[in-house]
Amino acid sequence: MQRGAEMIAWAGAGLVLAAVTTMAAAPAAAQTASPVQIGLVTFLSGPAAGPFGVPARNAAELVIDAINKGELPAPYDNKGLAGAPIDSFFVDEAGPVTKVVQDFRDMVERRGVAAVVGYVSSGSCLGIAPVAEELKKLTVFFDCGTPRIFEDASYHYVFRASSTATIDSIGAARYVLKEFPGIKNYAGLNQNYAWGQDSWGDFDATMQALKPGLEVKTKQFPKLFAGQYSAEISELLAARADVIHSSFYDGDLESFILQAAPRGLMEQSKLVLTTGETIMYRFGAKLPDGVVLGARGPYGPFAHPGPLADWFRKAFTDRYKTPPTYPSYQMANALLGLKSAYDKAGKAKPSPTQDEVIAAFEHLKFQGVGSEINMALGKGHQAITEIAYGKYKFDEKTGEPTLTDIVYYPASCVNPPEGVKSSDWIKSGMTGAKCE
Amino acid sequence: MLTAVTILVDGLVYSSWLFIVAVGLTLIFGVMKILNVAHGGFYSMGAYTAAWAIGLYFNAGWPPAGSYLLIAAAAGIAGTLLGLALERGLLRYVYHRDPIIIVLITYAVFLILENLVLQIWGVDAYLAYQPDTALGTTRIAGLRFSNYELLLIPLAAAIGGGLWWGLNRTRTGKILRAVIHDREMSLACGIDVSRLYTVTFVIGAVLGALGGAVTAPMISVTPGIGVEVIVIAFAVVVVSGLGSIPGTIVGALIVGLSRAAAVHLWPEVELFVIYAVMSAVLIVRPQGLFGRAPLRRI
Repeated sequence: MQRGAEMIAWAGAGLVLAAVTTMAAAPAAAQTASPVQIGLVTFLSGPAAGPFGVPARNAAELVIDAINKGELPAPYDNKGLAGAPIDSFFVDEAGPVTKVVQDFRDMVERRGVAAVVGYVSSGSCLGIAPVAEELKKLTVFFDCGTPRIFEDASYHYVFRASSTATIDSIGAARYVLKEFPGIKNYAGLNQNYAWGQDSWGDFDATMQALKPGLEVKTKQFPKLFAGQYSAEISELLAARADVIHSSFYDGDLESFILQAAPRGLMEQSKLVLTTGETIMYRFGAKLPDGVVLGARGPYGPFAHPGPLADWFRKAFTDRYKTPPTYPSYQMANALLGLKSAYDKAGKAKPSPTQDEVIAAFEHLKFQGVGSEINMALGKGHQAITEIAYGKYKFDEKTGEPTLTDIVYYPASCVNPPEGVKSSDWIKSGMTGAKCE
Repeated sequence: MLTAVTILVDGLVYSSWLFIVAVGLTLIFGVMKILNVAHGGFYSMGAYTAAWAIGLYFNAGWPPAGSYLLIAAAAGIAGTLLGLALERGLLRYVYHRDPIIIVLITYAVFLILENLVLQIWGVDAYLAYQPDTALGTTRIAGLRFSNYELLLIPLAAAIGGGLWWGLNRTRTGKILRAVIHDREMSLACGIDVSRLYTVTFVIGAVLGALGGAVTAPMISVTPGIGVEVIVIAFAVVVVSGLGSIPGTIVGALIVGLSRAAAVHLWPEVELFVIYAVMSAVLIVRPQGLFGRAPLRRI
């Protein structure tokens, strides 16, 4: 009986001790918020991995490390997302859309991520957006360009922190007409799928809206990843157009340049490459001077200098031994948008819920790497940015690729107003565009 | 007239490339009755090996002339090693299995080779343009054409001629034709069919790798190039009739000239025209232009 009383006394003491220990530990636990798990999706294999997927993955690694350590310049110099560290992993975007959607469901339903950031391909984004809505999961697109996502539908859980491809085409047309005012005709070389056809359609429509009567010499639509462009180059040479527009990217763009340059295409016509910035560091002297390059926004050599942009360029170059190209900037900005939303929601309440983060993200204006990002379209879910174009020049003395005659077009000059479809806005003559 | 000449030149260049890429596939099917999906992997390995070797060669500051030998050597080494490994190490054990199983096995090998490329060379593109630019250009019908691309025409002719001579004018070729005609009877006559299979498969693999190696200086060598090639190569051999080398010449010419005509005259249908030609041929001759209707054994 006495032994039983002793045991009860010891057990009671143990419980008291445990309670005291727990109470003492509670404030410490509250100070360390649970990690926010983020699934990052980009091309890690296939033709788009080298020019897009890997630069984006590298940027994500760099920025997430810096966020977790609190090493980003102001205004992002506080640690984590609303104080919580980021726990991230990568998923390969390569494969059919069905596989990409399956991977998304796996991240949400099995791994229980707090958010998904990713997607290069417009096909992936169009496939993922309704699924994100169905699964009620915060998803931030970083690179895909199709304007259809927020022009054809409305989403609560989906955001895109980069501009649509519309600004590439409008910016390119405005630049061409400014830099080559005597132009009488033009031609196009674009891949035969949504990206190439939409890019050409917007460029062509903008050219006709801004200078009616210009002649289209030829419009070529080779197969995606065809690799062989001898016949298309012959036709472009025969057409003798003043300007050739192309939204080619990755291996297709590089193969086209390799095949076209020796045949003198760039000596005869001005070439405008809307995604050309991705190859300028790889090609160096192999890219002829005078080719007009874009970067799908104020990124890469078009990024405005400042503490954040300067840090990003230096840290990226030091870590990966190559300068960041536009997919790197877009990925960094998607993560900074997410951090801005978390931090804004976190000011009102620690450990904000998903709905509180979404509410903070809508209509947000935040400092991106290289430019300000304004979530102005798609009911506050679609970003607008300015865009810039310039002419390539290889500096023989320094051995560095450079750009000359850079022109910036503000967001209000190249983006339609809220509620207006890009194609309708272009056809209407871009009413209300503010380009000064 | 100028457009017609341009279509002819572009069509011949593209047809020649198609023939070089597809003939290895045809040879293997003709002799071994194997639809070798791994052919796209041979193409990739040939392209990467050549691009990598050319990069090292020019970084060493050596003259361009030697780079053409390097292209042939890269194709020879990559094709021989892969062909031997696949035929001796895998296919010889499954010849008796259903043809569908063998197709699936070659598809699995193709996927393995695609991943092997990523493991060895990574995801970044390789540029090996120097052999192309070193040869300069020639003006035809007022347009500049790459001499390297024009050289594909005699190269394809040489490969086609060599294969014809080998099959029709040599003892080994005659034995090979006997095996193509009747494998069991050839075995009964004492022909070492197993050895012939190995030789044929290695030659087919070298031709696949050669397709990639000669293409490398014209393109940016990126992951996934084998996928695109295997699709177009199948289109050519289906048009020509599986297993027919003369048919492959005609099939490549039809597809190449049709595509060039579409690019110059009706660019919107360029993607469609190759498969329209294929469909039209299959409707009229399901066995392809030069294919033989299978005999039914009673």
